[in-house]
Parts: sequence; C-alpha cells; structure tokens
Amino acid sequence: MTLVLKNVSYTFRNEANQKNKVISDLNMEVRNGDFVSLIGKSGTGKSTILKLITGLLKQDEGEILINGKAITLGDVGYMPQRDLLLPWRTIIENIMIASEIQKDLQITKDEARSWLDRVGLLAYENALPDQLSGGMRQRAAFLRALLTGKDLLLLDEPFGALDALTKKDMQTWLLSIWQELNKTILFITHDLEEACFLSDRILLLHLDKTLDDIPVNLSRPRHPEMLHEMELITLRHNLEKRIAHETN
Amino acid sequence: MKQIKQWLQTYSLFLIFTLIIFILLEYLVRSELIPAFIIPAPTSVITSIIENWKPLFLEHLPATLLEFLIGFVIAVVGGVGLAVGMFFSKIVEKTLYPAVLISQMIPIIALSPIFVLWFGYTIWSKVAVTVLISFFPIVVGTYDGLKSSDKEYIELLRSMGATRMSIFKKLNIPMAMPSFFSGLKLAIVYALVGATIGEWLGASEGLGYYSRRMSGNLNSEGVFAAITILTLLGILMFALISLIEKRVLKWKYTD
Repeated sequence: MTLVLKNVSYTFRNEANQKNKVISDLNMEVRNGDFVSLIGKSGTGKSTILKLITGLLKQDEGEILINGKAITLGDVGYMPQRDLLLPWRTIIENIMIASEIQKDLQITKDEARSWLDRVGLLAYENALPDQLSGGMRQRAAFLRALLTGKDLLLLDEPFGALDALTKKDMQTWLLSIWQELNKTILFITHDLEEACFLSDRILLLHLDKTLDDIPVNLSRPRHPEMLHEMELITLRHNLEKRIAHETN
Repeated sequence: MKQIKQWLQTYSLFLIFTLIIFILLEYLVRSELIPAFIIPAPTSVITSIIENWKPLFLEHLPATLLEFLIGFVIAVVGGVGLAVGMFFSKIVEKTLYPAVLISQMIPIIALSPIFVLWFGYTIWSKVAVTVLISFFPIVVGTYDGLKSSDKEYIELLRSMGATRMSIFKKLNIPMAMPSFFSGLKLAIVYALVGATIGEWLGASEGLGYYSRRMSGNLNSEGVFAAITILTLLGILMFALISLIEKRVLKWKYTD
C-alpha cells in the first residue's frame, strides 16, 4: 500500500463564497507499513489533508492515489479525534459497523470478539459506549477503524482528549498493534513527543503550505523508556524550534 | 419492589399534594362553602362514575377511544411521512413546512364546525380535529430529530463508504428517536384533547359529548366524571408511550 499526494490543492469556500486556500501544491508519500505523523500549527490544514485522503473532501487540483488508483470513499480506515461511537449500539455492534455498510467486507462476530479480547474489551462487548472510560472508548474506536479492513489507517489526534497517563498507555498499545499488523498509519497530533515516539517519519506542515519530511532515527520496537533518550529529546526540541520560529 | 419504591420516591409528594386538595375540596363542598354545582365533592364524582359506569365505560369511552386512536394513528403515519419527506427533499420542506406551522395558528375550536360541515356528525369530523391537533408535535419532533445528526458522525459513516440510505437507517433514524418520542408524548395527550373538542362541537356519543350534555343539565358531578376518565386515560396513554420509549431507547436510560 502506497499513498501518494501529487500537487494537491484545496480551497475552502464559506457560505459567503469567500475563498481560503487551505492546501497548496502539496506533495507527499506514505509507504507501505510506515507510521507517519503529520504535525503543524493549527490552521495549517492537517485535518483537511486527512479528509481529502478519506475522500470526504475533493481536491481542486492534483491527485491522491492509493497504489496508483485515485482514492474514493471507503478506501481507508478513519479514526476522528472524538471517538464517535454510536451511543445506542453496543461496543461489538459499533466496531462491526463497517461490515454492515460494505457488503464485500466479511467480519464475523467471533472475529470481532477475538479483537475485543486482544485489546482487553471482551468483557464490555455488550456494554454501551457511555459505560466505558475514555481510554476504552478510544480503543473501541480504533478497532472500528481497523475492522474496515483497510491497509491505510488515518488517525486524527486520537489521544488528544485523554489524560497524560492513559495517553502513554494508549501510545504503547497502538505501537504494539501496528507492529503486529503491518498496517500503514498516518497520524495527526499536536503532541511533538508523541509524534517522535511513535513515528518513522514526521511531516511538518508550515503556515506557508510547505512541508518538511523529517526522519525519526529511533530503533524499533519502542519502549516508554525511550522517551528519555537524548535522540528523541533533541528531535523534539528541534521540532519545537521550527514551529516556534513560524510564529515569529 | 425496587421499582415501586422508586415510583413512590418520585411521585409521593405529588400524591400527598393531590390528597390534600381532595380532602380540602371535600370539606369545602360538604360544609357548603363552595356550591356543589360549581365544583363537586370528589366523593360525589366517584359515586357518579360508579352509578353511571355502564354508559360511561361501555358507550362513551369506546366512542372516544376509537376517534382518538384513528386520529392518532393517522397523525403518526402522516406526520412521520411528512417529516421524512421534508428531510430528504428541500422542495417538500420549503413547500410544506410553513403550512404545518400555519396549521397550528388556526384556532381549532373555530375550525371544528367546518369539519362538521364537511364530514357531518360522523366519526370523521372528530378524527379530523384529532389529526389536526396532534399532527404538529409529531412532524416537528421527527423532523428536528432527523436533522439533529452530528456532521462528524455523518462524515465517519461516509468515510466507510456509506450511502445516504445507509446513513439514514444507521444514524438518522436512531438519532431522531428521542425527539420523535418527545413529540409522540405531546401528541398523544393532544389527540385526546382533539377527540374531546370534536365531540363537544358535534357528536351523539363519546366522553366529550357526555360532559357537554351533563353541563347542560347543570350536573357538575357528571361533567367531572367524564373529565376524570379522560384525565386518567390521558395519563395512561402518556405512561404507555413513556414505557415504549424506555424500551426502545434503552441506551438512553441505562446508567
């Protein structure tokens, strides 16, 4: 699975038909099995890029290709910032919703149960989302994206609303699942430490619409102790400086 | 047992208040501080219901129930149908939503004689009033509920490749349910009022007709007997819808 964005531009039009070019001539590539984080100040268009890749928005110019084919709705697994679990559906019904929508996607209840078991939610298969903690809900939302059966997962600040301790647990959990499944992940975050810890590459979006591609040369597998390694700390400082520089 | 305890906790203050009012009324009427033809003593109303149970429960109550049920079912089917039509079509919404709103500005009492002209003294003049009065909360409740789906949920389902019909079934309908039931609870009470008004303005049977006839005879116990049965019927219907709501919307009432 390779995702390629070629010269992509997108202009947002408000109700008064005023135009705001959010993405301009963007080029990027995410290769099979990569964990790539997309960072940048608010307003740089990170979420817009994700919506373009999902097919929810249509670019004005350029191409978005998965394995050389133009992207369409239903081609990727998408996890928004809010878990958006449907409150009337049980956890197992929530994570299986994609298989109800896509007729060619066959996920059995047993498969869904085994996934719930793997993420520690089997005891909650018939619980309603309101009965789960924030971390549990995010795990269920991740499973819902995973059970779309797509190779590319787009995660839009999935841990943004969690407390620091839960967030750390979720990061380690996400890495273990990703390593096991060989999925490709494009991850949006505002947390630079999180981006450094999780990613193979970091894409830094600037306010002038340019993009830096920064490799993360930390070994795999990663452990929480690595958060204190000099290489990660130095990288985070560098990123901070680059972003802070933009405000000046 | 737990449910009874919970019920008593919720309604005990109201029950005590009602009991005090009844005792006070009984005292005021019995001691002739209030004439019985103005407000009858509660025990006289109960006696009147017991003495006249045959015509009240075997003749007038079934007549009112029939008008009420036919009217309510038409209002629910038509109201939900219109709300769905307006949800899917801007043209339908722009054409009919103002008409729905205007229908509520019409004084029903003034319109009822027209229905008698159109439908005569048949059941349909009462059904028409019932439909007109209970239609509005169902349309508005359903329509607002259907529109209440969060854009983010819609985007999530679309990102999975969901069609509009699939989003309607999996998101819009369940999301509309709480608002639909709020409308339904209002409508069922209004429907009973509608059937009664219809009978007041032209009927030969029904609890509304009975209370008007008793009023003409200055028989306040008879009037209040009909009112009491109508009130109890209204409470029963409201409770029934609430019960169905709690079953259907289990997720909303789960702790």
